[in-house]
Amino acid sequence: MEKKRILAIETSCDETSVAVIEDGHTILSNIVASQIKSHQRFGGVVPEIASRHHVEQITLIIEDALTEAAVSYDDLDAVAVTEGPGLVGALLIGVNAAKAIAFAHDLPLIAVNHIKGHIFANQLASTLSFPILSLVVSGGHTELIYMESEDSYEIIGETRDDAAGEAYDKIGRVLGVPYPGGKHIDQMAHEGKDTYHFPRAMIKDDTFDFSFSGLKSSFINTVHNAKQKDEEIHLNDLAASFQAAVIDVLVSKTIRAAKGKKVKQLVLAGGVAANKGLRTALQTAVSEELPEVEMLIPPLELCGDNAAMIGAAAYIELKNNNFATYALNGRPGLTV
Amino acid sequence: MKILAIDTSNQVMSVALMDEARLIVERIVNVKKNHSIQLMPAIEAIMKEADWKPKELTRIVVAKGPGSYTGVRIGVTVAKTLAFSLNIDLVGVSSLEVLAANGAQIPESYCVPIFDARRGNIYTGLYQYKEHKLVQIEKDTHVSAEQWGLYLKHLQGPIQLLGEDRLIHTELFENDCGDKLIELPASLHYPRASVLAERGRYLEPENVHLFEPEYLKLAEAEQNWMEAHPDFEKGGGWIEKL
Repeated sequence: MEKKRILAIETSCDETSVAVIEDGHTILSNIVASQIKSHQRFGGVVPEIASRHHVEQITLIIEDALTEAAVSYDDLDAVAVTEGPGLVGALLIGVNAAKAIAFAHDLPLIAVNHIKGHIFANQLASTLSFPILSLVVSGGHTELIYMESEDSYEIIGETRDDAAGEAYDKIGRVLGVPYPGGKHIDQMAHEGKDTYHFPRAMIKDDTFDFSFSGLKSSFINTVHNAKQKDEEIHLNDLAASFQAAVIDVLVSKTIRAAKGKKVKQLVLAGGVAANKGLRTALQTAVSEELPEVEMLIPPLELCGDNAAMIGAAAYIELKNNNFATYALNGRPGLTV
Repeated sequence: MKILAIDTSNQVMSVALMDEARLIVERIVNVKKNHSIQLMPAIEAIMKEADWKPKELTRIVVAKGPGSYTGVRIGVTVAKTLAFSLNIDLVGVSSLEVLAANGAQIPESYCVPIFDARRGNIYTGLYQYKEHKLVQIEKDTHVSAEQWGLYLKHLQGPIQLLGEDRLIHTELFENDCGDKLIELPASLHYPRASVLAERGRYLEPENVHLFEPEYLKLAEAEQNWMEAHPDFEKGGGWIEKL
């Protein structure tokens, strides 16, 4: 069968990324231009500035992706783009660039959900076999998604307030580590011990929902009180205690959900999937409690936002002839 | 020369196809609708009407701002991506200039385009027709309407305010330069992509990759950061390939 190549574009937050993906699983190129240094000036992503950077970068990154993949427009079968969720102004750059290429070269246009993309990042390194339970954790999302087949999605649990990654960023500011805090806190946690015993919110309730804002407050209060009483603060222990609280809840709910659903594979996806503590804890729990379940975690470079994962998810839509029109808009609050 | 011209810098969306100086199709839409939804369908529709194929285009002319940040970015993104992927010329023209060009050719008269920029501010500029050519007298600027009124007050010669947004500041401008104001026919207050195409016909092509909107204003967070870091020299370096 002839190979299908998709040019994929991702601009939902602070990475301008373009990839060329073959048959939904082979990366011919995956260029990621990060704006993180720019947003570090402000301690977090500033939407207007993210949009401005995307316009500056977009054609450069498209060119790089085509050059590295050594393909021309004639070799492509579709153009795919993240339609949401994400920052609306940022999404619109990718969406409009994708439409322009689709129109100029008479290619079908495919709209991709960013969250589905994170799950399908695993297709670039392994083969997905359903049913699958995915834990998607990033700066904007904390969701447990059950997939009976490759195009069915059911959210069985999600955060009721902050996303896990968001909690990391917020307490990162208290710990004085650069934005984004996750990577630094993960490193500090490995040097410390869980001595502060922060609450494990909703760990015992019947739902598969999460809550991290109470943990964040408890963390901030602990630091604040210690400072007022002039007590010594152990930063690495604080980081380890925070991370243990997050991981305990994520892992225990994920394992319980996977047991109930009798899944073949358990997928960890999203930016926080790069967290070593979480990767290790979930892998250990799966091998002890669900030995028959295969655990998939994307390679580190495919955990953060990237267009390769969008191209992987788009392949399903290409097979189903599920195409978008030129009226495609950015959808910041899109769910699966 | 087959030109596609695109202006989405404000609420009015205008797209046109021109063959050299000859207008083939023009579409002007003034509804409150997201440009992301309507721009590409409009381009597709006029190309179909003209029976042009994308690969026949030789030049894209885009209104590069100022205006609504998101609106300008949609037009510029489509324009630069089309130009890049079709490997054709791209030129940018000031969105204010496009509107100013609608002014009447009255000797010594100033064409003053107005876009509202909220909080009492406007984007504006000062243009004049000299020997049938539109000439820029003052650079496009982001300024308080009050300050601009005082500036216009001291000009000699009739003033033509252009654009629907002039109505937001009518009272102020009438107070400052009442007898000098010339009211133009309603149809001249809307930017036309055919005018944009005409303005961009002879311009030198831009470097597509480096082409950016003309915002005339830093993002607020960046403005504050620059003020806090006065020694910082402007330049790239913020983007890092992973």
